[in-house]
Amino acid sequence: MNERVPIELEVNGEAVAKYVEPRLSLADFLREELELTGTHQGCEMGACGACLVLLNGKAVHSCLMFAVQAHGDHVETVEGLSQRKAIADIQQAFHNNNALQCGFCTAGMLVTAHELLSRNTTPTRHEIRDGLSGNYCRCTGYQAIVDSIVSVARSRAGNVDTPASPGERGTAS
Amino acid sequence: MKARAFKYFRTQSLEDALQAFDRAGGEGCYLAGGQSLVPSLSLRLQAPELLIDISRIESLTGISRSGNVLRVGALTRHAEMLTSPEIARHAPLLRRAAPFVAHPAIRNMGTFGGTIALADPSAEFPAMTLAMDAEFEIASLAGTRTTKADGFFRGLFETGLQPGEILTAINIPCFGNADRCVFDELARRRGDYALVGAGVQGNFAQDLVSTIRIAFLSVGSTPLRARHAEAAITGRALSADAISDAQAALGDDLDPEDNEETSATMRMHLARVLLGRLLGRLSQPDCMRQDEVT
Repeated sequence: MNERVPIELEVNGEAVAKYVEPRLSLADFLREELELTGTHQGCEMGACGACLVLLNGKAVHSCLMFAVQAHGDHVETVEGLSQRKAIADIQQAFHNNNALQCGFCTAGMLVTAHELLSRNTTPTRHEIRDGLSGNYCRCTGYQAIVDSIVSVARSRAGNVDTPASPGERGTAS
Repeated sequence: MKARAFKYFRTQSLEDALQAFDRAGGEGCYLAGGQSLVPSLSLRLQAPELLIDISRIESLTGISRSGNVLRVGALTRHAEMLTSPEIARHAPLLRRAAPFVAHPAIRNMGTFGGTIALADPSAEFPAMTLAMDAEFEIASLAGTRTTKADGFFRGLFETGLQPGEILTAINIPCFGNADRCVFDELARRRGDYALVGAGVQGNFAQDLVSTIRIAFLSVGSTPLRARHAEAAITGRALSADAISDAQAALGDDLDPEDNEETSATMRMHLARVLLGRLLGRLSQPDCMRQDEVT
């Protein structure tokens, strides 16, 4: 039963064809077979959100599916989002706001923020916190992460008074 | 934290999936969204020899209305409950419960049929099928059959599904003009398993309750209907007295147990508090207009 089976999928815009064991998780496949180590693995049971990737454009836990399930699909990792500059402003906002410390959760946070902002261009702080409920961060207390996403939403809406708007800091949410 | 080796079979044919299960001689397992199954495999709580991926079977997808029944394909993702106009209009209780189901990324993969077939007592949607008086379409090599949500949830993770059967669709009576529904749950953090949750759907004549169904989650080994509480308010207006009677009657419906999270006494108390809040909201004639969903 350890025999490998062929899979073909698109990862970050490139066609990938590999032989994998069916039990190999998509997260392990991305990290070990493709060396895309931006996708992190924390809990390996869908609780922490560090392993989020986009599957056909939707955020999913790459630890909660096997690579074989993605046969024929489009996968985009944080590397892909970063390289095509889809999240450049989110990354910059995280940097400006010190929205990361150890950085372990950051890839998942960026994927969630990207999907959230593509679904809802003007999220409230409550909606952002709700959207982040599946992403654990053990360093920051989330405040700066929420601030960052608020600032990106504002600047994308053409409101440029924002990067790291001090008025946002410490507001109740 | 890695699954034991297994064989993987993906098919677009319901018939092929049923036959593959049959040939596996009890060592097969269906895979849909996998949001509960995959961690269970990783923890080796389950170790089937064959995973049969049913997620690409077209006949298990789609939401359609026929007469007074909304047919929701078993592969409908939880996230679709938040965006589908058909769900919002014809099965609004699902729309109202959906924000409480896990987290956004889980909702993108998890399926309606999967959560019902798993029957986790703390899951929102299985309990809501009781409140909506839903009916399940089930396929096997012998053909198809239907069964009501009432009576389907038999024990902890135990349902009326026989080995090899596939839940293909959920039929829901369409929400009517004189119907009202509410959902809420108490949890330490949004997305965490609820300490207690409930959905209520009722039919009203003026302000009198004609029929009402109250379904709880996270208070026992299965999703549970609160039939005594329902009886206490049927035929009455949802006055403070009526609501208080329903809360009192809840003692005959629920029998929560102590666990590491909370005591049985506290869970019972929370169930009564939640029921009071829900019936209070339901008593408002305009409760379906309030955008309570966040």
